[in-house]
Amino acid sequence: MSLSRRGFIQAGLAVGGGLLVEFWPQEALATQVPVGSAASFTPSAFLRITADDVVRLIVSRVEMGQGTTTMQAQLLAEELEVEPLSLVLELAGADRAYDNPKMGFQLTGGSTSTAASWDPYRQAGAVARELLISAAAKTWGVSRSECVAHQGAVVHTSTKRELRYGALCEQAASMSAPSVAPREKNFKVIGKSVPRVDSHLKVTGTAQFGIDVQVPGAKVAVLVRPPVTGGKVKSFDDAEVRKLGGATVVQLANALAVVGDTYFHARRGAQALKVEWDDGALGTFDSVAFHEEQVKALREGKGRRVKNVGDAFDELARTSSTVVEAEYFAPFLAHAPMEPQNATVWVRDGSVEIWAPTQGPSMAAEQVANLLDVPVSSITVHQTFLGGGFGRRISQDYVLEAAELSKVLRGPVKVVWSREDDMRHSPYRPAAAHRVRGLLDAQGKPHAWHHRVATQSLLIQALPDFAGAALSGPFHFLRRAAVSMGQGALADRDTTAFEGVDSLPYELPHLAVDFIPLEPGIRATFWRSVGHSHTAFATESFIDELAHAAKQDPYEFRRGLLMKEHRHRWVLELAAEKIGWTTPAPEGIGRGIAVHSSFESYAAAAVEVAIVDGAIVVKRAVMAIDCGRVVNPDIVKAQLESAAIFGLSAALKQQITFEKGRVQQSNFHDFAPLRMNEVPRIETYLRENEAAPTGVGEPGVPVMAPAVANAVFALTGKRLRSLPLALG
Amino acid sequence: MRPMVKFTLNGEAREVDAPPDMPLLWVIRDVLQLTGTKFGCGMALCGACTIHLNGQATRSCILPVGAVEGQQVRTIEGLAQGPQLHPCQRAWKELSVPQCGYCQSGQLMQASSLLAQNSAPTDEDINTQMSGNLCRCGTYPRIRAAIHRAADIAKEENVDLKAAISAPAAEPTK
Repeated sequence: MSLSRRGFIQAGLAVGGGLLVEFWPQEALATQVPVGSAASFTPSAFLRITADDVVRLIVSRVEMGQGTTTMQAQLLAEELEVEPLSLVLELAGADRAYDNPKMGFQLTGGSTSTAASWDPYRQAGAVARELLISAAAKTWGVSRSECVAHQGAVVHTSTKRELRYGALCEQAASMSAPSVAPREKNFKVIGKSVPRVDSHLKVTGTAQFGIDVQVPGAKVAVLVRPPVTGGKVKSFDDAEVRKLGGATVVQLANALAVVGDTYFHARRGAQALKVEWDDGALGTFDSVAFHEEQVKALREGKGRRVKNVGDAFDELARTSSTVVEAEYFAPFLAHAPMEPQNATVWVRDGSVEIWAPTQGPSMAAEQVANLLDVPVSSITVHQTFLGGGFGRRISQDYVLEAAELSKVLRGPVKVVWSREDDMRHSPYRPAAAHRVRGLLDAQGKPHAWHHRVATQSLLIQALPDFAGAALSGPFHFLRRAAVSMGQGALADRDTTAFEGVDSLPYELPHLAVDFIPLEPGIRATFWRSVGHSHTAFATESFIDELAHAAKQDPYEFRRGLLMKEHRHRWVLELAAEKIGWTTPAPEGIGRGIAVHSSFESYAAAAVEVAIVDGAIVVKRAVMAIDCGRVVNPDIVKAQLESAAIFGLSAALKQQITFEKGRVQQSNFHDFAPLRMNEVPRIETYLRENEAAPTGVGEPGVPVMAPAVANAVFALTGKRLRSLPLALG
Repeated sequence: MRPMVKFTLNGEAREVDAPPDMPLLWVIRDVLQLTGTKFGCGMALCGACTIHLNGQATRSCILPVGAVEGQQVRTIEGLAQGPQLHPCQRAWKELSVPQCGYCQSGQLMQASSLLAQNSAPTDEDINTQMSGNLCRCGTYPRIRAAIHRAADIAKEENVDLKAAISAPAAEPTK
């Protein structure tokens, strides 16, 4: 490999005397120069070897369950010649060295972690290995070619002498970085189902989540927030709180904080606090009325044409044949990660420390810097494990609350949300409505497809969350977007509203997609699989409706339209084969299928559904994915199981509704993931190949709802077009 | 001055100065600073806070500390016998059960309690006993498989699953 082509490697002595290897992708390096920030080359890296023979893996993509620690351990271990399980995990804080090369700033999301780690971690391992070999050769006074790296040591093959990495690290740090390319085949660790490297911590209760952080002297605070987004405190009475003792009330810009020595004291105080609120503009917001507004817009509005192939609109207008029409609806959804939002912040004169379970450590730093008007360089972020993320922790609201409060208290404070806070004050997956009209030709093939989406732009809501981190970094798409268009202009260009519709894989001559932005003012953000979570429900339900209108088998119908889209077709065929599509379904069982591409991967689900006492029961789910090169097959399977259950939970049970601006759900009794007894038998299949690694965490989610709706239709003849699915 | 609440935590006698209506969860986490036991819902709906009270799986988020006076409490930190992990913990690692891991302390305390009562549970038994424990990552199929595996490990190695959670804990796992 040529360094000038692939990247720039810097090796040096780490703080504390260890060997430290940095790898800068060429792309990032090029953009470093004009930005001209010397702080970018900070002493941090992807691994650290210390004299006590400990090899630390520095985990650049946050671990929220999706398996980044194990994936990065495998990539590093492949080249470094160590056991993945021997690596000590260190979670990276905010630092430009850990920018996501797929995004240009430090965010874990968009199912990019494997692709973003593939080169840097293998490269870092290879460079470190070669430096250690050079160090050993120099120590022994032998040729490098006589030495090999093996299980955490360098071995002189002829004399069998051996030096552990720990003993070599100081010498290695003084060697010059070699030019070396990671191997591209004959992998030893990559592609193997290595056990997860974070399991031991997680089965012994020793993994540190944000909520577990104990800073000596830190207070615990709970916030009492306006019940309606944008509301204000009119007045409050804390007499009862004082009477109870153990907690004090602090007024913040948009909320009241109740501060105590423990969560119990703070929560007890908050329950005794009397507040009068000014609801503000959203005090009349009603999600049923908003849905009606969406439907009206779909039928009467126009929106912006975001995709146009052929002339779908006119084809549908002038036809005398039967037009198939359908409207689909997806509600607001909460992420509901098991760990409620929390953050510990300590604002001192001249420095700020943050401990948080965040998907964007640098986003937290940038936003706190902005809030407190301090330099971002004065902020340290200590990353913890995340008790689930699913996109929720791209928003840094909980970190900002703790920062605001710590400044007032002049001391460390941990803000902990209750489950009710999380359910009612979080940003949501936007509610979306779709109207699709389709036309079949004389042979029963789709001829025209006109698709309208009415929903809000989540980028409008989320852009301020990451504009800081994005704008201060290398030039990339968001910076360009923000500079050239501005937030307002982004509204009808937000691809997350219609992604997956505009890339419909089915062969047809006329396709038009319109996007009608409707802004309710409700906070919205990325929710596992983002726009695909509702667009695939519409597209994969509608293709099923077209198949039935054409009196064709829904699987064969799709397959016939995917002859040029091989990867779609492969996973579709795999799912169909494994569920036994061509054999008759058992008595009382309906089968449904769906295929969809997202995050550059391809996923299909085939399900078997029964109706028990009027309720939809999914008995069996077969999942298939093509995500290119697989680093750990077992983790990909685990993510498919996870995505199936996440998708089924939304398909069958979940919705967030508003009345008078207030979220009606509050806890796991009225917004629940499936429980163990509700989960079907899940089978997972990988269609492995040598394409570049692509998304794993999200692509399994979008196919679940349409697969179930299609199965319900097959069984009952009733077409369900509204989520969550229920037989009325 | 209010009287101290006394109970045994992971085999060790503890005295705590806390209001008797304070949930055990927050005494364990915020006063005793053992953070393996998790807060998920505060209403006994999710099971993240599950501990053993005299060997029985119990939700600590709604259990007033006053009610555990003189009782035996075990948390995830005391599930292993020193360096020897409980068969559930071993099976969990073997099958890579945890994803985010936040609910797993509660899952393990529930599962180990289940196995102490029924050393060879069926899928149906497991569903019945485990459905109170939510997992947002969807690790249920692996939890079920790991409980079967833990039962097998115990059988192969003659581990007394009842004694495994009733004997005083040795040095808690670090």
